[in-house]
Amino acid sequence: MLISNLPALQVVVPLVSAPVCLLLRNPRHAWACALTISWLVLAMAVMMLQQVYAVGTLSYAIGAWATPWGIEYRVDMASALMILVIAVIGAVVMPYARRSIEHELHHKHASIFYACYLLCLTGLLGIVVTGDAFNLFVFLEISSLSSYVLISLGGSRRALTASFQYLVMGTLGATFILIGIGLLYMMTGTLNMMDMAQRLTGVMETRTIRVAFAFVTVGVSIKLALFPLHIWLPNAYSFAPSVVSAFIASTATKVGVYVLLRFFFTVFGIQFSFVDMHVGEIMMLLAIAAILVGSLVAIFQNNAKRMLAYSSVAQIGYVILGISLATTAGVSAGMIQLFNHALIKGALFMALGCVFLRLGSVEIRNMHGLARQMPWTMAAFVAGGLSLIGLPLTAGFISKWYLVSAALTAGYWPLAVLVLLSSLLALIYIWRMVEAAYFQVPGTAMHAVREAPVSMLVPTWLLIGINLYVGIDAGVITDMAQQAATTLIGQTGQ
Amino acid sequence: MMPEWTLLACIALPLLTPILITALRRWPNPREAITLLSAACLLLLVLSFHDTVSSGGRPAITLAEPIPGLKIGFEVEPLGLLFALLASFLWLVTSVYSIGYLRSHHEWRQTAFYSYFAVAMGGVMGIAFAGNLFTLFIFYELLTLSTYPLVTHAGDDAARESGRMYLGYLLGSSVMLLLLALVWTWSLTGTLDFRAGGILEGTVTPGVASMLLVLFVFGIGKAAIIPFHLWLPAAMVAPTPVSALLHAVAVVKAGVFTVLKVAIYIFGIDFLATIPATSWLMYVAATGILLAALVALRQDNLKLRLAWSTISQLSYIVLCALLATPPGMVAGSMHMVMHAFAKITLFFCAGAILIMTHKTRISELNGIGRQMPWTMTAFTVGVLSMIGVPPMAGFISKWYILLGSIEARQFIAVAVIVTSTLLNVAYFMPIVYAAFFRAPDKRPKHATSTVVSEAPLTVLLAITVTAAGTIALFFYPYTALDLAIQTTGADK
Repeated sequence: MLISNLPALQVVVPLVSAPVCLLLRNPRHAWACALTISWLVLAMAVMMLQQVYAVGTLSYAIGAWATPWGIEYRVDMASALMILVIAVIGAVVMPYARRSIEHELHHKHASIFYACYLLCLTGLLGIVVTGDAFNLFVFLEISSLSSYVLISLGGSRRALTASFQYLVMGTLGATFILIGIGLLYMMTGTLNMMDMAQRLTGVMETRTIRVAFAFVTVGVSIKLALFPLHIWLPNAYSFAPSVVSAFIASTATKVGVYVLLRFFFTVFGIQFSFVDMHVGEIMMLLAIAAILVGSLVAIFQNNAKRMLAYSSVAQIGYVILGISLATTAGVSAGMIQLFNHALIKGALFMALGCVFLRLGSVEIRNMHGLARQMPWTMAAFVAGGLSLIGLPLTAGFISKWYLVSAALTAGYWPLAVLVLLSSLLALIYIWRMVEAAYFQVPGTAMHAVREAPVSMLVPTWLLIGINLYVGIDAGVITDMAQQAATTLIGQTGQ
Repeated sequence: MMPEWTLLACIALPLLTPILITALRRWPNPREAITLLSAACLLLLVLSFHDTVSSGGRPAITLAEPIPGLKIGFEVEPLGLLFALLASFLWLVTSVYSIGYLRSHHEWRQTAFYSYFAVAMGGVMGIAFAGNLFTLFIFYELLTLSTYPLVTHAGDDAARESGRMYLGYLLGSSVMLLLLALVWTWSLTGTLDFRAGGILEGTVTPGVASMLLVLFVFGIGKAAIIPFHLWLPAAMVAPTPVSALLHAVAVVKAGVFTVLKVAIYIFGIDFLATIPATSWLMYVAATGILLAALVALRQDNLKLRLAWSTISQLSYIVLCALLATPPGMVAGSMHMVMHAFAKITLFFCAGAILIMTHKTRISELNGIGRQMPWTMTAFTVGVLSMIGVPPMAGFISKWYILLGSIEARQFIAVAVIVTSTLLNVAYFMPIVYAAFFRAPDKRPKHATSTVVSEAPLTVLLAITVTAAGTIALFFYPYTALDLAIQTTGADK
């Protein structure tokens, strides 16, 4: 009973608890509620993953309406992997959130924060679970609207403009996606993605479908901050509360990538997307630009959060680069990078959150000598940074390895060189922080700075621990990613 | 004890030592005792493999498999054992030296120093016993990262600048070139195991093999092949024990060791000989030998001159590997050992001079041999060995290098080595001459204590051991030679 309803529960549980959080008022209680739900979501995600392993793709008809007419929730390996990413990050971020939110937000806003966080979680999970194109759009809007609020809760007034900028860009993206889905509906008369894929075969050669493809691609590219549509991202990540940066940086853009994968492979099919529309070449060029520009700009940032934000632009470039190869190896490399980057960026942003809590700033020039005052936090940052650079025994190495080897197998050796070159750029921007924190002479104000509280350090180190574990035993992740890639590519031609 | 457990202990012991060192940070004497104890245990552990390996045993252990087909595993083979023996023996000696050096130099952060030193040795052991190229790469990077705090030990701006260069060159070359070569090899052959006869033959065209060889030789930045050599002079800002063990022995030898391993077990000697790039890379190494020696000639800073000499000598070993003949490999392996003893002696002496007189320039060393006769005698032994004069260890390896080059009919290599020997004389002998035969400069401008005595006992002890070792290896090179020959299967 419980097992068979998992796909629906995964979405409904956080959705109905969001208003509960708002009603609770008391920040402590709201936090406890959000924490419980986050862990529940993780438990369900794990159970669902086991289900997918055991019986393959799960299909759930909402309200027992048969599939092409009713809304279908459909969980295959790709969705299960994404759900796991979101759930893990949510479950780790929440225990961390209490102190950070107490510090950064007015206590009146705390319950709003937790409610919006749960809504955002609902939206992200919904996008991944649903098999219905319009339903996907609805969840996309739920997650976007709630993240606008989350970002605007940031301490400085610039958070408001950042949020507004994101809102404008995000709404543009959402509208494009909606237009695309509308055109698809017009041509096929269905919203169920599997059904749509089948009905599309007859009308593939029409201009309407091509236009729909273009709208969806551009719309989703805005959501996932693909260069040059990334301009909303640096501000949003820098001015959001630390918890929000950590959560959104590791989940929201990743879900965007998932939507892109769904449309490219499941709905339009690999033949149409990559052969007829040449999206592979376009995406590859944009990914290369993203990797280079993102890494280079990151080097020149003085605000550490902003630096990580630009680094995210580059890292998303890696994911897209893998996907643009349109081979099983490439897509699975993209998925692995997606998972690992969520772990890495989550940990790095959380370490910066600890810094912000004690220092009140994440400007690199204010961090001189910080390592002596906050050894654990800075050690976590260095460990995460090494993983970002992609040194062996870290998760980052695994994704680099698969990406480089996918590029070589596909015959694109310059791409392999590019990926490695950009890890050196990552070395430069991470090392700027390391030199500031470990080598510069601390200012007088630095002596008052203490180590971050345990409730924030433990979750940060937990993510770092998962990172290192994946670096030593990546079997589970790579298995899932390869299965997911096979499922996605295998759906082609339906 | 099972050999597998011994193997694991060899890697784990130095990696875990820092825990004890840090725990005892308030008590300097027990802290140093831990380092010594750990080094001594490590040497015994490594020694215990000797009989097994000589009789053909190859203890192996696999720890994990991060990516299907890519294992983190260790295997003891003759060349690795040779390198491990060398490194663990010299770690023990350097530890003795460090105690005297750091205390009389009043270095700060001694606990951190000993801890990172131990971790670096863990990296070296991992490299020596790596069962495949992937494992080797992991420990190669660990070695880079763990030596970074040692290079930047002083913590000032100069140290930070050098640290940047160190990390930039070593991580840069290894990530851009070596890692690329690794992934490429893996995607071509599906394995990175070290196998006798190599894994590449039959799967790649000569063109691709050439590309791979270029990536490997330049990617192994620790071998300091020009133009990837500038990190080595930069690393000389480190305290002298670091320069001595790590940047004359462990780190750079890890580089050339990796080159030898790749040549023997990834390419295979016979296949290597057929690759077009082999011969011109050999010319690159030959050019490097001469260029670095010429630059060494112009250095006035003693440590820098030693560093450039190291760059030159490392290229000898790479050149040997690229001769692509079994005698060449033997010569390379032998030079790895012989050069280590001589060079560490020279660095030890440079450090002894520094702590006793605070002099770093060669032009200031006039008459120092009268004040520090013991140190400078050892220095002379090192110099003679570098030149290759019998009865010093350097003669043995130079003999084999020349023999190997002649057998491989590479007369350019012969000419280069002869010329370089002359250059060795030119840049080393003036130091010896100045130390013993020139009168000391009589200008005590600032009233420091002019009476210079010999270095502390531990420092002298270490210097004596390595200098004696340099001579002893001339008379008894068989342990090293047997292991080197076993590696390649060549005849004596």
